[in-house]
Amino acid sequence: MLTQTLILLILGLPLALCGFILLTRNLPNIRDGMTFAGAVVLFLLVITLTQQFFAGGTTDVELIQFQAGLSISLHVEPLGLLFALIASGLWTVTHIYGIGYMRGNNEKNHARFFACFAFAIFATMGIAFSANLLTLFLFYEALTISTYPLVAHKQNGEARAGARTYLGILMGTSIAFLLTGVVWTYVLAGTLDFELGGILEGKVSASLMPVLLALFAFGIGKAALMPFHRWLPAAMVAPTPVSALLHAVAVVKAGVFTMLKVGVYIFGIDTLASTGASQWLMWLAAFSIIAASTVALSQNNLKKRLAYSTISQLSYITLGMALATSMGVIGGGLHIATHAFGKITLFMCAGAIYVATHKTEISDMRGLGWKMPFTFIAFGIASLSIIGLPPLAGSWSKWALMVAAADTGHLIIIGVLMLSSMLNVAYLLPVFARGFVGGGVRSDTREKGLFGGIAEAPLFCVVPLCLTALGCLVLFFYAGSVEAFLTPLVDGSAATATGSE
Amino acid sequence: MLDFALTHAPILTVLLPMLAAPIIVIAVHRTAAFILAQLASLGSFGLALYLLALTQDGTVLSYHLGGWAPPLGIEYRVDAANALLLVVITLLASIVLPYARTSIEQEIDPGQHTLFYACLMLCVAGLLGVTITGDAFNIFVFLEVSSLSTYVLVAMGAKRDRRALSAAYDYLVLGTIGATFFVIGLGFVYMATGTLNLADIAQKIAEQDTNRTLQSGFAFIVVGMALKFAMFPLHRWLPNAYTYAPSIITTFLAATATKVALLVLMRFLFSVYSTTFGFERDTVVFVLLPLSLLAMFVASFMAVFQPNLKRLLAYSSLAQVGYMLLGISLLTTLGLTSTMAHMFNHAITKGALFMAAGAIIYRTGTALIPGMAGLGKQMPWTCAAFVIAGLSLIGVPGTAGFVSKFILLQGAFDKGWWFLALLIVASSLIAVVYIWRTLEVLYLQPVPEGRDIKEAPFGLLVPLWGLTLACIWFGLDADLVTSASQAAAEGLLEGRFQPDATVIIGPEGR
Repeated sequence: MLTQTLILLILGLPLALCGFILLTRNLPNIRDGMTFAGAVVLFLLVITLTQQFFAGGTTDVELIQFQAGLSISLHVEPLGLLFALIASGLWTVTHIYGIGYMRGNNEKNHARFFACFAFAIFATMGIAFSANLLTLFLFYEALTISTYPLVAHKQNGEARAGARTYLGILMGTSIAFLLTGVVWTYVLAGTLDFELGGILEGKVSASLMPVLLALFAFGIGKAALMPFHRWLPAAMVAPTPVSALLHAVAVVKAGVFTMLKVGVYIFGIDTLASTGASQWLMWLAAFSIIAASTVALSQNNLKKRLAYSTISQLSYITLGMALATSMGVIGGGLHIATHAFGKITLFMCAGAIYVATHKTEISDMRGLGWKMPFTFIAFGIASLSIIGLPPLAGSWSKWALMVAAADTGHLIIIGVLMLSSMLNVAYLLPVFARGFVGGGVRSDTREKGLFGGIAEAPLFCVVPLCLTALGCLVLFFYAGSVEAFLTPLVDGSAATATGSE
Repeated sequence: MLDFALTHAPILTVLLPMLAAPIIVIAVHRTAAFILAQLASLGSFGLALYLLALTQDGTVLSYHLGGWAPPLGIEYRVDAANALLLVVITLLASIVLPYARTSIEQEIDPGQHTLFYACLMLCVAGLLGVTITGDAFNIFVFLEVSSLSTYVLVAMGAKRDRRALSAAYDYLVLGTIGATFFVIGLGFVYMATGTLNLADIAQKIAEQDTNRTLQSGFAFIVVGMALKFAMFPLHRWLPNAYTYAPSIITTFLAATATKVALLVLMRFLFSVYSTTFGFERDTVVFVLLPLSLLAMFVASFMAVFQPNLKRLLAYSSLAQVGYMLLGISLLTTLGLTSTMAHMFNHAITKGALFMAAGAIIYRTGTALIPGMAGLGKQMPWTCAAFVIAGLSLIGVPGTAGFVSKFILLQGAFDKGWWFLALLIVASSLIAVVYIWRTLEVLYLQPVPEGRDIKEAPFGLLVPLWGLTLACIWFGLDADLVTSASQAAAEGLLEGRFQPDATVIIGPEGR
């Protein structure tokens, strides 16, 4: 199959599924079955595209001419492929989980939910394969808008308020800062194409560079850099499959992915390194890592705690870009993958606990592990991966980031990363431990009757989270190939040569 | 026949709707009236497209009425700028008519339907005339034709709400004041130059040094037109007129009327006078620019607190006029391009929004936003169109509104006025607030007990979705509008309106 056709199919398929879901709104089994089939096909298509890319297929598609010299077009490159692989692969798992969750929980408006979900995947694919900032911005906003109904899904006061914060921050930052940054870049550089090595070198004065970077760093609200992180905890009112795939993988990763793309293809890491424009961003990301982890410690609501953990972990990737070395970028790219598997597992576990027990607060979960062993063990594995212990995937990306920090001589950043790992231990492991120690189930006489009936969540919920937990383990052994995958990003970069000095 | 039509395209564009009006009155039958009006506007639309195609390369067409050569005879002059606006007006007229056929059944007594169509045609003819003519006094005449018919059309909303009468009266008083100012301005110009042909005036002004008579004339013309396009502190007539007029009239006026007055301002500013003169430049920089910013913020802010959907959209229109005025105030090609593009994009966006509002009012009978709770379930197609058009109003990428805002921002940065760019994006954030306030009511609130309404009738949905899809189409394939707008902007700035660079078509030419 031609590469161009393949890209168009990858974009068209989720869009077609979105329409299909709306048409078959009253036939739940056909709707969900076909959507699952579609998700699997999408994943296979992305895999095929990956193979063709490495076989050297042509990879540019111009969709529409927007104005002279500016078009909406698609392009395949390693970072985008990695992102698309993760998002489409995890969509298949999440879809199964979503069916179990939505049915097990008696949520309403299934068709709207799955249709918006498919549209969000479409936007994600668009982001992954966009060839210039304009296209990326287009799909970025499409993603914000299509996830709004998902966040507001419950339609009660809490959901409305959460969705309002969500939309207000994401759209506000993107219109106020990102759009300004995009237009400014266009006026300065005369192009918006992503080019290896950046398009701004020599076109922007050294004093303006940090300002422009700030417009992007804060404009990409989806990267949840402090102080524009509030939308992520607010989005936790959404049903858990949304939190799992979108707010641990697709949406937030779209944010940091954009951040990496801007760093690598718009500014260029060498330019960033030589001008030092990203210094301030590095410190802000470091602050974000520590501060968000600290806040996570104090959260009793499991999903909120995970959300703050996500904010902290996203800043790892921003940090990787801000370090402006090839190792930092690779570490950031790697972290997109490893964190995706870890965090989606954690969220699915939180959802499974909610389906089985309707409990959301960590303090209520004593002893639950005995009743739901698979869920809690998966939670434990994923926690260890997030913390960064071998033999789990998360260890590699942290390792790469630490190397990058050491290369650039930022010893304090190494300290930050280590402190953060400790904080991760402090806020993740107690949840796991609480599941197995204390024997709260048996001693809590007041709720004995209720607990008697608790078992694992439906199979549809438990199998996916076991799969992704397994993924954390498998990815540890394949981290090398992911790294090789990303190397073209930094090939020929001066930082590669000087990095090891 | 076709050859004849093309040769006389400039005059026929105006003449078709103008002649349709009296015939419609004679026709009496409603359906016949509708068909006549529809044919006339479609014909005009075709001719306008033809004129637009002719002027794309920078050609300026000159048509001498009755073969009398200007400056004595009346001349119609078409350049890329007014050709684009001709297309906007005729396009909107053609789309609005099928909608009107269904919507006025509720809003206007059946006996008045033919009169409604006749007035609408007169209004279209007036707006087209103002846009196309190259004669200063002719502008005034057509302005009055369109204004007088507009007063009648606004007053026709009285069947639903008696306040339409006082709104029309307000509009009449202020509109007349505006026209008077304009005519006084023309008087000054005539006094100084002794001619009424725009191109000729331009030449005479270029020959003599700027003087106080010309400056006073300019000031009067600016104020007169500012009243007509509702520049911020002179906007008082607009919210009421838009709120109480029949929905379809609001749609048509919001999409076209203010833009025509803006074009007249641009015509005088760039083609007749010149921004190289200190006085004119100062007027733009120290008066129009701050007032446009004020409009963007104050009007958007007021829109946030309006309980009436039509009034909310009316205030948003005021803010959008601010954007267009801001584009003019930049005095650069990019700025003017954004203004011209926004004229088109805002016409389809606001047209779709008012149509959606009209369809909601058609079913629910109320224009108050709290009365629209849960409509997303009961009128899914109408509300979906409202969402898309609303996004276009905010300027979300992929919609028409994004294109013009993108160019406007480009213009601001190009000029080095980055603080202006920040103000532009800040004010569009307010649009997010007032659009989303409505969307939350439409979608996230439960359907009230006992309200059982159906989706809007087909006759309303088809034109509505036509415009909505146009919002998306022109948001993605922006090249068409952008290049037309750029041709218009370059023509205006480079003074191509002058007599010598002109192709004469009509009775003696060709």
